[in-house]
Amino acid sequence: MWEHFHHQADIGIRGVAPTLEKAFEDAAFALTAVICSPAMVKPLHRVKVSCEADEHDLLFADWINALIYEMDIRKMLFSRFEVRIKGHQLTAFAWGEPVDPDRHELAVEVKAATYMELKVFQRPDGQWLAQCVVDV
Amino acid sequence: MDRKLVKRRGDTKWLIERSGKMLVDGVIYGSEQIIAEMDDMVVQQVRDVAALPGIVEASYAMPDAHWGYGFCIGGVAAFDPGQGGIVSAGGVGFDISCGVRTLHTGLTEEEFMPLREALAEALFHTIPAGVGSTGKVKLSASQLDELLVQGAHWAVEKGYGELDDLRFIETNGRAPGADPAKVSNEAKKRQFDEMGTLGSGNHYLEIQKVDEIFDPDIARAFGIAAGDIKLSIHCGSRGLGHQIGTDYLKQMIASAKLAGIELPERELACAPLNSPVGQSYLAAMRCGINCALANRQILTHLVREVFDHIAPKAAVKLLYDVSHNTCQEEEHTVDGKKKRLFVHRKGATRAWGPDRSELPSEYRKFGQPVLIGGTMGTASYILVGTEENEKLSFGSACHGAGRNMSRREATKRYNAREVIGRLAHQGILIRSRSLRGVAEEAPGAYKDVSEVVESTHNAGLARKVAKLVPLVCIKG
Repeated sequence: MWEHFHHQADIGIRGVAPTLEKAFEDAAFALTAVICSPAMVKPLHRVKVSCEADEHDLLFADWINALIYEMDIRKMLFSRFEVRIKGHQLTAFAWGEPVDPDRHELAVEVKAATYMELKVFQRPDGQWLAQCVVDV
Repeated sequence: MDRKLVKRRGDTKWLIERSGKMLVDGVIYGSEQIIAEMDDMVVQQVRDVAALPGIVEASYAMPDAHWGYGFCIGGVAAFDPGQGGIVSAGGVGFDISCGVRTLHTGLTEEEFMPLREALAEALFHTIPAGVGSTGKVKLSASQLDELLVQGAHWAVEKGYGELDDLRFIETNGRAPGADPAKVSNEAKKRQFDEMGTLGSGNHYLEIQKVDEIFDPDIARAFGIAAGDIKLSIHCGSRGLGHQIGTDYLKQMIASAKLAGIELPERELACAPLNSPVGQSYLAAMRCGINCALANRQILTHLVREVFDHIAPKAAVKLLYDVSHNTCQEEEHTVDGKKKRLFVHRKGATRAWGPDRSELPSEYRKFGQPVLIGGTMGTASYILVGTEENEKLSFGSACHGAGRNMSRREATKRYNAREVIGRLAHQGILIRSRSLRGVAEEAPGAYKDVSEVVESTHNAGLARKVAKLVPLVCIKG
C-alpha cells in the first residue's frame, strides 16, 4: 500500500507492507506518483540500483535518492520495483520507460529525499512502514 | 499559530525567547495576520536553528516563512567561525541558489500587447521546462568544471549574454571559492544536459507589466516606469545543486556526531565551518551557486533570441538577479565589531542597503533591488534593501508568497483547466505542459504576497518600489 502524507510546502511518501522490502517498493511507487501518473508508466526497461547504510531509515533515504538520481540522468520514470535488503545492503531493480510529456501526466520533479519525517519501522500489527518527505 | 509561542515586540516583530538549548532568541517578522496564519512548526524550526553552535544575534524567520525541513523556508541565520560556528546543507536547501532574475524588455504595454500571443508561444517552445527536459547546451566534464568556477562569466564568455549583464548579478555573477573537485561525479552527471532548463514546480518564466510605482526616485534608478514590460525568471541549480545537497546532508550527519553536536532533527545536519567537511561543502555549494547563475544567464540568452525574432524593437537588459538558497560569507557588525559571518538564507533574499561597494553604481546610492516572486495570478514586487536591515536580519528579506496549502490539497481543490480559464479571463496567459502542475501551483495555494510584502516593508527589511502583474506565465 502506498500513500502521500501532508507537508505544507512539499509532500510525504509512504509505503506500508508485510515486509521491509515491499514497504520500500511501495514507497518508491508513491515517489513516482508525486512526479506523474504511475499507471501510465510502462515497465519496459530495467535499471539496477544499489546502496548501503547503517540504519534502515538512512537506507530508505538512500534508496529514494538513488531512484531520483537514476530518473534524472536517464530521463526515465519507474513504475515497478523489486527490492532486496541484506543487512546494511540494498540491491534492487526498477522498471520504467523514458519520460513522455504527452502520456505521463507529469506534475513536478522531485529534487531529493529529505530526512524530515524519515521513519522505517515495523508496526504493532506486523506491517512495515517506510516514509519521508521529498523536496519538490 | 498558537500566539502563546511568541511575544509581540512591535507591529511586525515577534520574539521567541531564548530557552532550553537555544543559544540566542528567535525572531519572526510579520503582521498580525501573517503570524496568525503561520504554522506552529515554523516556531519549532526557528528554535532548533537557535540551538546550533556559533549562531550570532538571533535565529530569524521572514514574513513568508513556512514549515520546511530542518530550517524553515524563509529562515535566516548567521554563524561565526571564531565561535565554533557551523554550516548546514539543510540550512541552504537542495535547490542551491534558486533565485529570481528580472529583465527589462524596453517595451511598453502598448508595444507588447499585439505581440503577446506570439511571444508566449515562442518562449514556451524555446525554454526547456518540466520533468525530464534537457537543455541545448551540452557540456563535457572539463567544460562543466570551468562553468562551476566561473558562473555567469562562463556563460557570457561562451556568447550567452553581454558583459554588462554581470554587474547586475549578486557577487557580480560568480561565487568565489568554488572547487569542482568537491562536487561528486553523480552531481556533475546530473548537469551535463540540464544547463538552460527552467525546471518545474514553482519555477517559472513570466512576462509582467509594471502596475504601480511606490517610490518614483528609486524606481527611476532601477529603470522602472509604470506600464513597462519586464520579464522574470525563477529557477535554480537544477540536478547538480540537488545532488550536492543530498551528498553533503548525508556526510554532515556524521560530521555533527563527530563534533558532538546534538541534532533535534537530522535535517539540521551540519559541520563546523573550520572542519574539512564544512570547507568542502562551502566549495561545493559555491559550485551550485555558479551553476544556478550560469543557468539563469543561458535562459536570458534564449529569451533575447526570442525577443530579437518577434519583437526586434525590444532591448532585453538585466535589472538584477538574486539568489534565495545560499550560505554567503559576509562582513557584518556585531556588538560594535566587524566580523566575517556565514549567513544562511533558506528561501530568503539578500537585501543590502545603500553604499555597498558590491552593488552596481546606478543602484549604490539607493540599495539592492529585492525581487519578490508572486504566484501566476497575483503580483510580484520589486523592493529595495534598507540600511536599518543590517540590524534586523543581517540584510535579508522575504523571497516570495510562500505556500499555505500542500500540493495534494491544491490538486483536490483546483481544476487546472478552470485555473487557466480564470487567469485568461484576468488577462494572464498560462503556457504549461503539465495540467497537474498548474493545479498544484494555483494562486490560491499560496499566501497573499501583498500581505507578505507589506510586512516586509513595515518591518523595515526592505522598502516597496514597484508592483508587477503577470501577463504571460510559462510553467514547467
